[in-house]
Amino acid sequence: MISFVLNGQPVSVQAGGLSRLIDVLRHELGLTGTKEGCGEGECGACSVLVDGQVVNSCLLPVCQVDGSTVQTIEGIGGDDLDLLQRAFMEHGGTQCGMCTPGMIVAAKALIDAGGAPSLDDVREGLAGNLCRCTGYAKILDAVLAAAAARREEAT
Amino acid sequence: MIHASTTAITRPRSLDEALAALEKSPGAVLLAGGTDLMVAWNAGERHLPERVVDLWSVPELATIGVAGDALHVGALATHSRIVGSPEVRAHAPALAEASRTVGAAQIQNRGTIGGNIANASPAGDTLPVLLAMDATIVVASRARGERPVPADAFWTAYRRTALAPEELIVRVEIARDRPQVLFRKVGTRRAQAIAKVSMALSLRRSAGGAVEDARIAWGSVAPTPVRARRAEDALRGKPLDAASIGAACAALPQDISPIDDIRSTREYRLHVAMAILRRALSGWVG
Amino acid sequence: MVPGRSRIVGDSPVRKDAFEKVTGKARFVDDLSVEGAWVGRTVRSSEAHARLRAIRFDPAFDWSTVVVVTAADIPGENVIAAIADDQPCLVDGVIRHAAEPVAVIAAPDDRTAGEALRHVSLDTESLTPVLDHESSDQALKSYEILKGDVERGLAEADLIVEGTYRVGHQEQMYIEPQGIIAIPRQDGMLVQGSLQCPFYVHKALTRVLGLAGDEVVVAQTVTGGAFGGKEEYPSMIAAHAALAARKAGRPVRIVYDRREDVRATTKRHPATVRHRTGVMRDGRIVAMDVEVVMDGGAYVTLTPVVLSRGTIHAAGAYRCANTRIRSRAVMTNTPPNGAFRGFGAPQTLFAVERQMDRVARALGLSPLEVRRKNLIGVGDTTATGQLLTDSVGAREVLEAVATAGNVELRHAELENKPRVDGAHLARGLGLSVYLHGAGFTGSGEAHLRGKAAVALGRDGRFEVQVGSTEMGQGARTVLAQIAAEELGVPLDDVDVVTPDTSIVPDSGPTVASRTTMIVGSVVREAAAALGAELGAAYPSLELRAAAREHAIERGPLRVLREYRPPPDVRWDDAAYRGDAYPVYGYGANVVEVEVDLDTLQVEVTRCLAAADVGKAIHPQLVEGQVQGGTLQALAWGYLEELVLKDGRVQNDRMTNYLIPTTLDTPPIETILVERPYVRGPFGAKGVGELPMDGAAAALASAISQALGVEVDTLPATPERLLDLVRGSR
Repeated sequence: MISFVLNGQPVSVQAGGLSRLIDVLRHELGLTGTKEGCGEGECGACSVLVDGQVVNSCLLPVCQVDGSTVQTIEGIGGDDLDLLQRAFMEHGGTQCGMCTPGMIVAAKALIDAGGAPSLDDVREGLAGNLCRCTGYAKILDAVLAAAAARREEAT
Repeated sequence: MIHASTTAITRPRSLDEALAALEKSPGAVLLAGGTDLMVAWNAGERHLPERVVDLWSVPELATIGVAGDALHVGALATHSRIVGSPEVRAHAPALAEASRTVGAAQIQNRGTIGGNIANASPAGDTLPVLLAMDATIVVASRARGERPVPADAFWTAYRRTALAPEELIVRVEIARDRPQVLFRKVGTRRAQAIAKVSMALSLRRSAGGAVEDARIAWGSVAPTPVRARRAEDALRGKPLDAASIGAACAALPQDISPIDDIRSTREYRLHVAMAILRRALSGWVG
Repeated sequence: MVPGRSRIVGDSPVRKDAFEKVTGKARFVDDLSVEGAWVGRTVRSSEAHARLRAIRFDPAFDWSTVVVVTAADIPGENVIAAIADDQPCLVDGVIRHAAEPVAVIAAPDDRTAGEALRHVSLDTESLTPVLDHESSDQALKSYEILKGDVERGLAEADLIVEGTYRVGHQEQMYIEPQGIIAIPRQDGMLVQGSLQCPFYVHKALTRVLGLAGDEVVVAQTVTGGAFGGKEEYPSMIAAHAALAARKAGRPVRIVYDRREDVRATTKRHPATVRHRTGVMRDGRIVAMDVEVVMDGGAYVTLTPVVLSRGTIHAAGAYRCANTRIRSRAVMTNTPPNGAFRGFGAPQTLFAVERQMDRVARALGLSPLEVRRKNLIGVGDTTATGQLLTDSVGAREVLEAVATAGNVELRHAELENKPRVDGAHLARGLGLSVYLHGAGFTGSGEAHLRGKAAVALGRDGRFEVQVGSTEMGQGARTVLAQIAAEELGVPLDDVDVVTPDTSIVPDSGPTVASRTTMIVGSVVREAAAALGAELGAAYPSLELRAAAREHAIERGPLRVLREYRPPPDVRWDDAAYRGDAYPVYGYGANVVEVEVDLDTLQVEVTRCLAAADVGKAIHPQLVEGQVQGGTLQALAWGYLEELVLKDGRVQNDRMTNYLIPTTLDTPPIETILVERPYVRGPFGAKGVGELPMDGAAAALASAISQALGVEVDTLPATPERLLDLVRGSR
């Protein structure tokens, strides 16, 4: 039995220890917001936060999250959308939507790190998330806008 | 998808427990951040093993710090922690630079230096740096305790290492008085790139400017990470000038054996290796 | 703008599907939970060409636990309906390409399906494959466009400039791999999945299953990118899933993993294009002789139409009195090539734009000058003899990037001195200008007569019913904007229903930059008619109130309209002359690069993209199309390369078929030009494909200037550039 805190709720799953976290999330726990685009840690569509750090859930054996805190796209925002989600909506940061959950999760890790990320910081922070639709421009706009809004909220 | 299997997974909480687990089942697959193993298991390129020892929760293996004259980087140190470590930045900045080129944030948060070393890919980003730094890879087994292996002797053949079945990598030690290393990676793109050619270079020069020692290490141009010993010899004892640089570059093709593969060509790799070596030596300061 | 109306068109409201996408609530095909669904896997050939003698099922596996479908199980025709009915659903006799589907296995779970797959082998007799399109003699289609007298033009020219250009495959690499779920029903088959063209799938299924039209229902799920890659291939997957579901008597899900997707599905056609151009000393082009060869792969799929579009665009955005374009598509034993954003035009436009640079160099003119002198405009005719009368933004887009990019000065500067002081780098600038026909080619729209409906529901809200799909480009939002603007109601009052062939009319496929312009114009007409009807019923009420009253008192109301081709658009299919497209979009790019002279790695330091889209219904979405398409074009130019060996794809993973990351992507400065097209909704023309057409040529041109070579083959990888630089020494 593997136990962890998922989006604020404790969960326990009966799964093979080497099962991929993404499969446990999607098939055992019904959280399909986390996407699979490549299965080898290249596209980042499966990004989740484990103890606050962005990781590829397709490369994570579920035994390694025992005792950890996991946050997926379903745990971001809630009824009232997160700043990042609102920024993606307003700035046109989503097109087909397949990379979007992973992109938002990776951006959240970046923004949660605090400070005032520069454009280059955001580009580096999202380099593990591939998008084939947008040319990235509006995604970068959205993340920078959300970071600015976060700083505003904090002051 | 990786299906549930009969694989027995041990999750030691201390180094002692890890060594004991390994002694009990030598040849068990050691799991660190999983960024290489999980890909191979999921693609069916490797069968799921009978036994796995998951090192992820062994705290002693994750420390980074300075001990005496050396920087110690624990095998479980992730690339993110290496990049963010003030000690690494102070004493081995090229290692931080190399770790920063591994995958992207997601991979850097999980991939470890020990995994990079053990996986023994000729394209492993940190490996040429460890060679150029004359790093010591400290391995251990329960029966024999710690055993230092010079990086030079660690990668023995394509994807083969000096690690014995009952051993694991504990840490990397890098002397603090080493000359600085210049790292250059020529990848397939600007992020998440696998190296077509990578180079790590360090020189020690006398007050008069002669090269006393040179270590020139390469990735992706041979079955293992390699040093270019003939090129090094061409520099040793010589002032760094057009003649010695020319001789080093001319010697380089004998040191490396690049191939055509899906990412590049033998011709290109040879050209680039010589060009970046020439550039690095010509622009050498210090 | 009618006074008092909301300004919905031209504004950039939040897209209709944004909320579900940013929250992870959007359900893609693999996210759907279907009770009792089995997993389907495909048995594929490993050889490029062979006779299939038998399929061997290893008795070590318990075959009673799974269902196996072979060609023998097909109740209808063993064919994937397309232009020619030459592609089988499952191999029966001869294997014509590697990764060709031979059988389908359905099992209760993924593990069993995988095990079964490992216990199947093919007994084959190898045949000699044709692997290179330049040496294939199996032509599957050819065209000839003639205008004026090309031989006379060449004879009269001061100078003849020749060039040969080659481009490779390109993988769509949508982030969501392909997938379909087939659900057997008492009266037929329901198929849901990631697809661009529900009615294509519908037609293919009726043929394979031998069912009547009303026995097959195809519904789209949220589609994670397509770029043409989900135009024809979903018919294949749907047929496989449906056959397996029929035999298993339960739902079957087939979702490809990335490697299967890259190995098996369609790609952009590789092409070789030869140009002979006659020019006068003053820079005028007097003759263009163009030869195009495209690699169709093993089956016809959509190749004739791809070749047609490539042929028509081969003369570029230039006026020339004497033009001859001869083209052919040939077959090879490689996975079939098919639709990919641009549809043949990026290949031939790359060639003509590189050729213009060569012409410029031969004449001692700058690339900008030679383009200015020959650029097409109102009053000129295209290669097919189409007279351009309005909405021609060619000059505006060219001048927009020329000004913003300071092209005259920068180009001259870099021409004199490409090397960067104190660094081992060289710089270059490249320019391109191009056009892209919006809508189907020739008589396509007239034959198709795409339909659209706008309906008033019981709740007083409106619904747009079209077969056009949302695949990320924003169709759902744009079509809602058009209807809302026309009706004069808030955008929130209008929904666009998710395509389901049992509900929506056939609007034609979501391809060819036709959705906004063609389907949008039909939606506008239907909305106008609906509005008029409501207005007539309640003349004293404003429309929103009238709609509510109507819904309460008289119930729902639906108006269906179909596309009526403008009477003055004429096309001769036999002679290949006339109005090839109702109208063209125009684009221009400036690309600046920095090339590392040690490694020949290319960095794009600046990229400008101007697009004449007629009218940007939703400027933010249009910019998104331009930025995304331009990046795909740049990457095709220097990064993306499909490697085949013995006809098999060698780089079937995201780690070895590379697309750009954020760090590889320059800021793409977008300039929207609006030269309204009178028949487009609110002046809009198509935009989807245009941004794919020119950036690769501008990039190749920039690299050429930096290195003092001619980059005529794509992708311009460092390895290829090394060969070029060495060859030029």
